[in-house]
Amino acid sequence: MYEGVIQELIDELGRLPGVGPKSAQRIAFYLLQADADQAKRLAEVLTEVRERVRFCEQCGNVAEAELCNICRDPRRSKASICVVEESKDVQAIERTREFKGLYHVLGGAISPIEGIGPDNLRIKELVSRLADPDIKEVIIATDPNLEGEATATYLTRMLSPMGITISRLASGLPVGGDLEYADEITLGRAFEGRRTVS
Amino acid sequence: MPLYRDEAVVLRTQKLGEADRIVTLLSRYRGQIRAVAKGVRRTASKFGSRLEPFMVVDAQFYEGKSLDIVNQVETIGSYGGQIIEDYGAFTAANAMVEAAERLTSEESSPQQYLLLVGALRSLAGKEHDSSLILDSYLLRALAIAGWAPSFDNCARCEAMGPHSAFVMQVGSVVCQNCKPIGAVAISTDTSDLLGALLSGDWDLAETASDQARSSASGIVAAYSQWHIERGLKSMPHVERA
Repeated sequence: MYEGVIQELIDELGRLPGVGPKSAQRIAFYLLQADADQAKRLAEVLTEVRERVRFCEQCGNVAEAELCNICRDPRRSKASICVVEESKDVQAIERTREFKGLYHVLGGAISPIEGIGPDNLRIKELVSRLADPDIKEVIIATDPNLEGEATATYLTRMLSPMGITISRLASGLPVGGDLEYADEITLGRAFEGRRTVS
Repeated sequence: MPLYRDEAVVLRTQKLGEADRIVTLLSRYRGQIRAVAKGVRRTASKFGSRLEPFMVVDAQFYEGKSLDIVNQVETIGSYGGQIIEDYGAFTAANAMVEAAERLTSEESSPQQYLLLVGALRSLAGKEHDSSLILDSYLLRALAIAGWAPSFDNCARCEAMGPHSAFVMQVGSVVCQNCKPIGAVAISTDTSDLLGALLSGDWDLAETASDQARSSASGIVAAYSQWHIERGLKSMPHVERA
């Protein structure tokens, strides 16, 4: 146990996800020994990010203005909306360079056991956006786990009467893997979602 | 490092660190187990899909200092895929696993394990209305835990039923003479339905009216909340037909 501000720094760092007491101590001592400008810059960025970053009013992604870069971009297609759980998922899909439409960030997935129901997610906002006649397709890209699939089921049931094409990301074998090591559930999904090649 | 192996049903998962999960399971012979499943959030994980809630697995663990570690997993029953096809069944299954988590401990309880597996299988197979399966599961799980309700004779004077009042604290119906203040009114149909759900008389339960089902669900929910401290988070989200 250290005294004063150094212990406060260790305690605060220890509150961060994935940072245990030992790691917090190591980071704290690194910052003490590092260049003073580096620590100052870190403090400034932390303050700045809390002041400037907010959530896009349209899609819920992180933004520095009323709308995020993707919603503001006139080159993006307005015909399709990709629904994801978190802002991190937007970045993962953007890295593929395959999708040119807009996003909608739900802010999580339905998990009754954690007390999270449909009303706790940005589903009402999604339904409001779908009133735009330009939107022709909703791509549900929630995580391929139980909560993500349940959220997709709920969204499909809710959006189907709106007459918009609803699609779900395919799931199956990871690229670069060996078939023999795939578990039976993933392999079963790959069979279900197989496509005709000729 | 001691290894052990058991059949178990996955109750809950929580994210841990970069790609791991803490998995809470109800095992057949060792009661509740909390274990770390390493790397299961990565898409290339060999057993991530087998450790999703509602999966029934044959798993091998090695004992750790605070949490055990999942070493190998084989599927015995995969019910999640069928359950999430019906949102009502998904919410009911969540309430079941949460109740199981609260009603069991690290002590062995094969009865609770078998009851939960049977209820999940029934939900996945759409054998009955999901709301009825949930109510039946809760009544029976509470009975195994030592809080068996009674819907036949008066709890105080043992007068033969049917009776029109249910006392939550006692977990039983009471006659008009013994009825205390605050007892819940219960119709004969509701009382019969609750008795059928507790004993597993599905032929009788399936013929119950919507009103009796709704009333029975209310009593089961209140009775469960009474005995399970802090209540079940998933109960308000259960979608009843």
